Amino acid sequence: MTKLDAKIPSGPMKDKWTKRRFEGKLVNPANKRKYTVIVVGTGLAGGAAAASLSELGYKVKSFCIQDSPRRAHSIAAQGGINAAKNYPNDGDSVHRLFYDTVKGGDFRAREANVHRLAEISNSIIDQCVAQGVPFAREYGGNLDNRSFGGAQVSRTFYARGQTGQQLLLGAYSALMKEVGRGNVEMHARTEMLDLVVVDGKAKGIITRNLITGDIETHVADAVILATGGYGNVFYLSTNAKACNATAAWRAHKKGAYFANPCFTQIHPTCIPVHGDYQSKLTLMSESLRNDGRIWVPQKESESRRPTDIPEEERDYYLERRYPAFGNLVPRDIASRAAKERCDSGFGVGNTGLAVFLDFAESIERLGKSAIEARYGNLFQMYERIVGDNPYETPMMIYPAIHYTMGGLWVDYDLMSTIPGLYVLGEANFSDHGANRLGASALMQGLADGYFVIPSTISEYLAGETPGAVSENNDAFKQAKEQVNTKINKLMNIKGERTVDDFHRELGLLVWDKCGMGRNEAGLKEALEKIPQIRKEFWENVNVLGDEDNVNQSLEKAGRVADFLEFAEVMVTDALDRNESCGGHFREEHQTENGEALRNDDDYCYVAAWEYAGDDKAPILNKEPLEFEEVKLATRNYK
Amino acid sequence: MAHQTIHLTLKVWRQPRADAPGRFEVYDAKAIDVDMSFLEMLDVVNEGLIKENKEPIAFDHDCREGICGMCGAVINGIPHGPLKSTTVCQLHMRHFKSGDTITIEPWRAGAFPVVKDLVVDRSAFDRIISKGGYISVKTGSAPEANAIPIPKKDADLAMDAAACIGCGACVAACPNASAMLFVGAKVSQFALLPQGQVERKTRVKNMVARMDSEGFGNCSNELECEAACPKDISVSNIARMNREF
Repeated sequence: MTKLDAKIPSGPMKDKWTKRRFEGKLVNPANKRKYTVIVVGTGLAGGAAAASLSELGYKVKSFCIQDSPRRAHSIAAQGGINAAKNYPNDGDSVHRLFYDTVKGGDFRAREANVHRLAEISNSIIDQCVAQGVPFAREYGGNLDNRSFGGAQVSRTFYARGQTGQQLLLGAYSALMKEVGRGNVEMHARTEMLDLVVVDGKAKGIITRNLITGDIETHVADAVILATGGYGNVFYLSTNAKACNATAAWRAHKKGAYFANPCFTQIHPTCIPVHGDYQSKLTLMSESLRNDGRIWVPQKESESRRPTDIPEEERDYYLERRYPAFGNLVPRDIASRAAKERCDSGFGVGNTGLAVFLDFAESIERLGKSAIEARYGNLFQMYERIVGDNPYETPMMIYPAIHYTMGGLWVDYDLMSTIPGLYVLGEANFSDHGANRLGASALMQGLADGYFVIPSTISEYLAGETPGAVSENNDAFKQAKEQVNTKINKLMNIKGERTVDDFHRELGLLVWDKCGMGRNEAGLKEALEKIPQIRKEFWENVNVLGDEDNVNQSLEKAGRVADFLEFAEVMVTDALDRNESCGGHFREEHQTENGEALRNDDDYCYVAAWEYAGDDKAPILNKEPLEFEEVKLATRNYK
Repeated sequence: MAHQTIHLTLKVWRQPRADAPGRFEVYDAKAIDVDMSFLEMLDVVNEGLIKENKEPIAFDHDCREGICGMCGAVINGIPHGPLKSTTVCQLHMRHFKSGDTITIEPWRAGAFPVVKDLVVDRSAFDRIISKGGYISVKTGSAPEANAIPIPKKDADLAMDAAACIGCGACVAACPNASAMLFVGAKVSQFALLPQGQVERKTRVKNMVARMDSEGFGNCSNELECEAACPKDISVSNIARMNREF
C-alpha cells in the first residue's frame, strides 16, 4: 500500500488556505508564458480554469467533445449555487457552510478541502456578478437567495431554473475572451483518449478529432482533467448523453488512483422511467422542494386520482419522519425514503415506482403566478415530457443517478497521484464525501477552476523546465499506437449487438446491484457478471462507419468499453466498504428506522484504488480521514 | 397499461461527409411509443439500421433537457419541429399522428456548413462571442457582489436575453440566414447590466463585424427567428442591438 500524502497545510483550519498560498512556489509573470497547460473539459471547472490560467499568462490548450465549449453538462444544473454571504441575515457563515457540507457528506470528505471551498464561495458570487451573470434579484436590486436540502439557512443564489447555464456561460465568456486574445487554443469536438506520462510525470494527451478521426498528440507542462463524473455507467442517469469516464479512466490506467468510486448520488426528484426505449432521465430541481410537498397515499395500490385523495389519507412521509428538515432533507435521505415507500407498495403511477411532488398548497398560499415565477421553466419541462399539467395535478417523481462524489484522488493542491496531472470539479473526489448537498456542485467546480488551481499549479510548474518534452518522445508514440490499436479493434469486431445494447445491459445490472441499495450477495453477483458482459462486448459489438469520419458509434463504443472496466472498480469499492454512509447504502448496515449506519472505527478513510493491470484486482490504498473541527456524529435531520 | 404506438415514414437528409453530395433517404419508423422524445425515436430507428448493417443517422444531441443547445434539426420545414418554444430533444411523439411522413433536415445556412447527415458546424457562433461576448473582468478582481444594486426589471430583462442556448434555430429559420437574434441577445444582456457599460460601444461593433464576416445575412424583419426560438428570445433584442450600434 502506498502512503498517500494529501499535503494538507498544518495549523488551524481557518488559516490553512492562506498559509498554503503564501508557502507555495510561484512562477514569475514573465516566465508564465513559457509554460503550456492542457485543460480537458469546458464545464464550470475546466472553463474557469482555462480562462483563469490564461489570464495569469500561461499558454492554455482547451479541449471539449461538444461542438462548442458552451455546451458542457454544467449547463444543465438548474437550482443554484451556495455561498456563505449571509445576505438574508439568517445566521450563515463560512463555518456553517463548511459544517453543513462535512455533515451532509456523512463525514467522508476531507475537512481542509471543504473549509477552503466554503472560504472561496463568496468570491465566486462576486466574480460571476462582475461577468454579467443575471442572478435573481430582489426589488431593492440586491441578490436573492433560496434554500436547498441539508441546510437551515437560505444561501443559494440562482438564475431562475437555469443557474448552471448562466454560470457556465459566464465561464465560457471568460474563456472566449482568452481565445479571442489568442492565448487559449480551443479544440472543440476533440476527445482525449489517453494521457501521456513521461518519466512519471503527465506531459500531454492523445486525442481524436471527432470530425476527421485524426489521432493527435498534444504536449504540455501540466495536464488538468475537468471531465465530469461517471454517472452514465448506469446508462440511465440525469447526465448528458456524452458524459463519460474515459479521460479519467485512461488516466487511472496510467497511474492516477480512483477514490471512493462507490459514492454515487441518487437525486430524489427526477421524472420516472416510462419505457424501455428511454435514453436518459430528467431532473426536476431540488429547489422544487422549497414549495412542493412529497407524499404517497396511505393505502396500498391506491387507484384514485391524486386530487381525489383527501388530506387525511395522504402520507407526507418526509415531514412525518424528519419534522425539522421536512421536505428539505439531504438527497440521499429523500431518495431512500422514496424507495422505502415504493418497495412497501405505496408507490404511484403505472410502474408503482413514483411518488407525488405536490404544489397545490403553495399555489393556494402564494398564487399560481408566484409559483410560475419561481419554477415556470421546470413546470413547462415536466409538462412537455410527461404530458400532465403540474399546476393542476401533482408531479410524479422518482430517484435517479445524478452525480458522482467519487473520482480521481487528489491532494490539497488538486494534484492526482501522477505528478503534473490535476483533477478538478466532479472528476475529483475530495469535497462532497459520501453525499453532495444541493447547489454545491456549481460552487466546487468554480472554486476549483477560478481560485484553487491558479494558486496551486505554480508549486509544481516552478520545478519543471518548460517545454522539456517533445512529441517525438517514445511515450507519445506508444500512447498513440495504443489508441490506434484500440480503435482498429473496435471497428473490426463487426458483431451482432449495438453499443447501446451493451451499455443498457451494464446500466441495468449496476443500478440493480450497486444503486440505491447494495448488499454483499448482489455486489458479488455483479462482479461475476461485469467481466462476462465485457467479454461479449469485445467479441460481439457492431461498430459501423469509418474511423476517419464523424462516427458516433465509435465514440460511444470507446466510452462504453471504459465503463465496462470502471464498473468493476465501483462495485469492488462498494463491496469493500462494509458500512453505510451517504449515498452508499449497504442494506446490512442500517438502524431500526432504516437510516444509514456508519462505521467510523473501520471505514473512516478514503479508498483510493490503484490500477494493477488488465484483469487484475485493483489495489486498495487508504487515506485516513481526520476530523478536527466537525466532530464525527450520526447525521440527524429529525 | 399498454403504451400507445404510431407508425411513421421518415425522410432524412443523409450526407456522408462535408464535401460529399447528400440526399433524402426514406425509413419506416414502426411501433413508436407516443411518450418517446423525437431523439429517442431516432435512437430506435438507428438501432434498427445498425441491426441491418446500415450506418446510423448522425445527429448532434447531448443534454436532452433542452438547455445545452447541441441538438437541432429542421422538421417538416420548421427548426426544432412543430411545438413552439421547444427544442427537438423535448419534442415528444405524442404530437405526431400515425401515418405521418416526417421530413428531417439539418440547419440550412451558408455559415453553418453540414458536417455529416444532420450535424452542422456552428463554430461561427463561438468566433462571434470571442470578439466581444464577454465582460473583461479578470478572475479575482471583482467587487463585492451587492456593491452595485441592479433594478429587478433590468436583471429580469438581461436574464430573458441570456436564456439563449446558442442552438442556431434562429439562423436556420431566417430566409437571410441572419444571426441577429443570437448576437442581439448577447449584446442586450450586457447592455442592460451596469457591469456591461464599460465595453458597451466596442462590443456591439466588434461582434457585428464578425457576424458579417462569417457570412450571416441581414435582418429584414421577417421575425421567423423569434417564432423558431426554443427559448422565446424576443426580437426586441435585435432592436436594442440596432440602437446600440
